[in-house]
Formats: sequence, structure tokens, C-alpha cells
Amino acid sequence: MLRTITSKLLLILSLSVFSISFSFAQEGHEAHHESKEAAHEEEKFDIGQMIMHHISDSHEWEFAHGLVIPLPVILYTEANGLEIFSSSRFAEGNGVYNGYINNHEHIHRLNPQGGLDEEVHVWDFSITKNVASLLLSAVILILLMTTVAKSFNKNHGKAPKGIQSFVEPIIFFIRDEVVKPNIGAKYERYLPYLLTLFFFILINNLLGLIPGGANLTGNITITLFLAVVTFVITHINANKHYWLHLVKPEGVPTLMLPLMWVVEIAGVFMKPMSLTIRLFANITAGHIIILSLLGLIFIFKSFAVGGVVTLFTLFMNAIELLVAFLQAFIFTLLTSMYIGSAIEDSHEADHGH
Amino acid sequence: MELLTPAIGLLFWMALVFGILVFFLKKFAWKPILSSLKEREDSIESALRLAEETRAEMAKLKSDNDKILAEARAERDKMIRDAKGITDKMIADAKEKAVAEGNKIISDAREAIQQEKTAMVAQIKKDMASFSIEIAEKVIRRELSDKKSQEALVSTLISEANLN
Repeated sequence: MLRTITSKLLLILSLSVFSISFSFAQEGHEAHHESKEAAHEEEKFDIGQMIMHHISDSHEWEFAHGLVIPLPVILYTEANGLEIFSSSRFAEGNGVYNGYINNHEHIHRLNPQGGLDEEVHVWDFSITKNVASLLLSAVILILLMTTVAKSFNKNHGKAPKGIQSFVEPIIFFIRDEVVKPNIGAKYERYLPYLLTLFFFILINNLLGLIPGGANLTGNITITLFLAVVTFVITHINANKHYWLHLVKPEGVPTLMLPLMWVVEIAGVFMKPMSLTIRLFANITAGHIIILSLLGLIFIFKSFAVGGVVTLFTLFMNAIELLVAFLQAFIFTLLTSMYIGSAIEDSHEADHGH
Repeated sequence: MELLTPAIGLLFWMALVFGILVFFLKKFAWKPILSSLKEREDSIESALRLAEETRAEMAKLKSDNDKILAEARAERDKMIRDAKGITDKMIADAKEKAVAEGNKIISDAREAIQQEKTAMVAQIKKDMASFSIEIAEKVIRRELSDKKSQEALVSTLISEANLN
């Protein structure tokens, strides 16, 4: 009893220290950034712009003002073909390079007069901050999971060890509490996707919490893609009952059928939409709250506000940590529920609504 | 709004990276991990089952042992009881026999004594008779040798007879 309490306290303490370092780092970053900006451009502090800048994608990875990692810009236009150059070229050329202009992270072609050429569509496949973060998370995931797989081979038939004992309970949890009860007997087929999904979202949620990290899972492209993959997997594997249920739900009067079709089809598309928006909104909202709190410091420019805000940010960071796990869990849970309802043999699904 | 517009470049990279990730992790991580998890579960389950079976077997053995022990104890008790009965019977028989023997000896002795006594009495009687005869003979022989006294006696006797 005492031991569990002690370990819980230790956990809370370590999380708090973690968050404090986060918020201090973030604050420091903000302070540095904004003061420099103020000094250089004598610009009024715009909290909305600051927040949008932090949660949006960018062609370079800015950790702090002046500490920028340039990333490759990859562009394709029908006229000029494929062009690859460093994002630092834009910084050097004040947002213009080689006939391209970086207009608030949207790259356009410049026409000879120096204005935006709306005729030419620029395909932007740049390794942006989000793509770089995506690649980083993929590398982390591959390294982590192959290490775990190796230690599984090494500790064959023995108790788990090291990082394995951290990942193993999560895999068990996903398999036994999330996937098995919702999908049923044929769960093994979908398990690799669902495990990848869970760990991908989790890792990227956590990476997003690190100061300077990219807001990848709070980007609608990413959540939309994941939701569409879930949608496709669900409907490729859907059985007769599922489709029949859409066309002719049981116990519905014939006159009501057209209305039910509308409802059912709306439901089919509502599911991936809710998946998309839930993850996107949760993560983005968390970032916006933390950034807004920190922004208060630069609006009020007061030590008292700074102290209070630090406490609040600390609290929010702890919550965000929880949300990171929770949202990964919810996305995986709902995906397995959708797959489960589509491959269910019995008519139980009909009564589920 | 800018936040809600999907970016085609990011979508392309996401599809590529996520596809590779799913494929790679499936092949090199989830497959070995899940199979060894399953293996471990199976081995734990079989070990548990074995333990359960062993426990049942142990319980059975124990009950068997108890039964055997109880049987042995009952057997021993019976043997002791039987032996005791036999001993008691033997003692009683021996006692009875001894008593009977003693009685027989006593009665035999009594009989022998009786016979001896009878024989003795007979002998004594015989001896007494012969002694008496001898004495009588001697007496008579002496009496008869003394004629005078015989005559006196006879005369006495006659005189007495006359009186009657």
C-alpha cells in the first residue's frame, strides 16, 4: 500500500518536473523569440499569429528564433519540372527564390511582373516540419519496436526486460482490451494495423508535446489520412450483414426506408469524419491552450501573471500527456469498433444503434 | 480556414511513410512480438494446467494414501484384537485344562489313597486275623497243655451251666 503510494507520488513528481522543464523551455523559447522579434521589427505582439505559427506546418524547423533547421523544399510545376532546394534559400531571399515565393508557407510561382502567378499550380512535396517529424517518428517507432522484438527473441520464454517491459503491457492492453472484445475471433488480421495506429498516434502526440516539436497529430491531413485508412479497411472487409443493414435495416417500415438510407449513409461517412476531427481538435486545442497561456505573459508583461501561468501550463501539460495516451487509445478503440461492426456475423449490429 | 485544409504534400509523405511503417512493423516487429507473446501465453497456460493436474493428482494420491493408511490401521487393530482374543482363549483354555488336570490328579490320588487304604485295611485285617489265629493257637495250645486247668474250667463252665 505504502509502496504504491510512494511510487505514485514519485511518478507525479517526475511528471511534474518533466512538465516544468517543458513549460520553462517553452517560455524561454517564447520570450527569446518574441523579444527578438520585437527588437528587430518593432512589431506588436500578436498572440493569434504566434499560435497559428506554432500549430501550422512550416518549410523549416524553427526551435527558437535563430535556431532553425533548414529542410528540403521539393516543388513540381508542369513548366519547370521537379526542383529541390533548401528552405534556407527562402530565408536568404526574404521568401523569394528562383521564381518561387513562400507566402505564409504556401509556395507560389511568381510571374514576370513580380506578382503571384495564379495560373501555375505548384505541387509542394517539401519535407516540411511535419514531414520531418513524421519521418522522425517512423524512425523512432521502427527502432523501438525492432529493439523490443529483438529482446523478445533474446528473452525467449523469460520475463520481459528493459524497454520490452514498458511496451509489452501496452501491446497486451491493445490486444486484449481494445481489439479482441471489439473485433472478435478474426482480430489477428487487423492487429498489426491497429498496433501501428496506436503507437504512431501516441509517439506523434508525445513528440508534439516537446517544445519545438511539430503538431503532427493536430494536423488535419494526418488525421484525415488515418481515418480514411480505417474507412477503407472497414469497407473492404465488411460482410453481407453490414451492407444489408445499410440498404434494408431490420424492423423499419417500408415508408421510412428512404429516410433510413440518408441516415445510414450519413452515418457511414460521419464515422471517419468524427475520427478525423476528434484527434485533430483534441491535439490542436491542447496546443492552443498552452500557447495562449504562455502568450498571456507577453501580453501582461508581469511576473505575477508569469508565475500563475507557469502553474497553469504545468497543469495543462500534465493533461496533454494524459490526452496523448487517451486520444491514441480512443482512435484505436473506435477503429476496432468500426471494423468489428462491419465483420460481425450475427445481427447484433442491428440492435446496437 | 487554413488549419482545416489538407496539404497534398504532407498527405503524400504520410501515405508513403505510414504504409512503409505498417508493412515494416508488421513484418519485423508485430509478427515476432505477437508470436512470442502467444507462445509465452500458451506455455504459461500449459504450465498452469499442468500444475492444476498435478495438484489434482497429489490430492488423489493423498486421499489414496489416507485410505491405505486407514485400512492398514484397521487391519492392525483387527489383528491386535484377534491376537488378544486368541491369547485370552489360550489362557482360558490352559487354565481350564490345568484345573481339569489338577482335579484329575487329585481324584486319581484320592483313588490311589483309597485303594492303598483299602489294601492296608485288608492287610491289617488279614494280619490281625493271622495274628489272632496265631495268638489263639498259642493260647489254645498252652491252655490245652495244662489239663488241670482245662478240667477246672470245664467244671466251672459246667457248674455255671447248672445254675442256669
